[in-house]
Amino acid sequence: MALLHQRFENDNVFVVPFDKFLNWARLSSIWQMQFGLACCAIEMMAASASNFDIMRFGVIPRATPRQVDVMFVAGTVTIKMATRIKRLYDQMPEPRYVISMGSCANCGGPYWEHGYHVLKGVDRVIPVDVYVPGCPPRPEALLEGIIKLQDKIRKDSYLRKPAK
Amino acid sequence: MTAQDIHDKLKAAFGDAVQEAKLDAMQPWIRIAPNRTAEVCAWLHDQPEMKLDYLMCLSGMDYNNGKLGVVYHLSSIEHKHKIVLKTECPKDDPHVLTVSGVWGTANWHEREAYDMYGIIFDGHPDLRRLLMPDDWDGHPLRKDYKVQEFYHGMKVPY
Repeated sequence: MALLHQRFENDNVFVVPFDKFLNWARLSSIWQMQFGLACCAIEMMAASASNFDIMRFGVIPRATPRQVDVMFVAGTVTIKMATRIKRLYDQMPEPRYVISMGSCANCGGPYWEHGYHVLKGVDRVIPVDVYVPGCPPRPEALLEGIIKLQDKIRKDSYLRKPAK
Repeated sequence: MTAQDIHDKLKAAFGDAVQEAKLDAMQPWIRIAPNRTAEVCAWLHDQPEMKLDYLMCLSGMDYNNGKLGVVYHLSSIEHKHKIVLKTECPKDDPHVLTVSGVWGTANWHEREAYDMYGIIFDGHPDLRRLLMPDDWDGHPLRKDYKVQEFYHGMKVPY
């Protein structure tokens, strides 16, 4: 609020496109699905802890897919897990977003050649909005991914009719 | 008790079930017949002078010569002696008797060996895959394993 603090002569009335207002609300409270798969999940937890404090972006972990906006796919997606990830994604309410975190979730990572058990990229089962590279990425990289996702949400236009 | 003593006593008790041995190795091993593993292991476990009560590891093997194998690393907590048992079975009909009744820990180890190598442990109470999905094709750690192209519509190779 510092930008707006005591800047106005009269009562504070804004004229703003409703889409923009809606998007501002959505991108300021991206709720996260609380689940991790492998070592990337440790970095995700570090991002949640006080040093990096993911909550300043409005990212709150929720323990059910029904209440979340974004899924961090943090770690190696085994083929056995891929079917579960698909189900969790299907249970999320729309609009929903996916951040693929780390090399394994992006493209199979070190398992790309001999990993018979690893899905070579989570984008083979669910659509991915932001890819965060790294093995594992630092918490800052995950925060960067969240900022990228916020940029993406800011450009959404949910109220306008889709072009025919 | 030394490995030589264990081998001699085993040979005296079971005769032709003991097929081969190498006792001057760093980890001395004795090879036994795959259809006698249960009784040999039960004997090694129960004899007061042996008392090999701890199955440290049970591994599957693919020797890449048409044979699969199982390796048992045994240890006695009381007597502090160790021995390695081996057994081999043909790859096209891999049957080994289960030892899950002797050491409870063998239950999941044998399930893993079945999952990775397709070794069938006769008499196992619950021989399902441990790591891979139940409807997976093939056994991944066999030397001639080729990964399947698709699993439930998901492409598996890179």
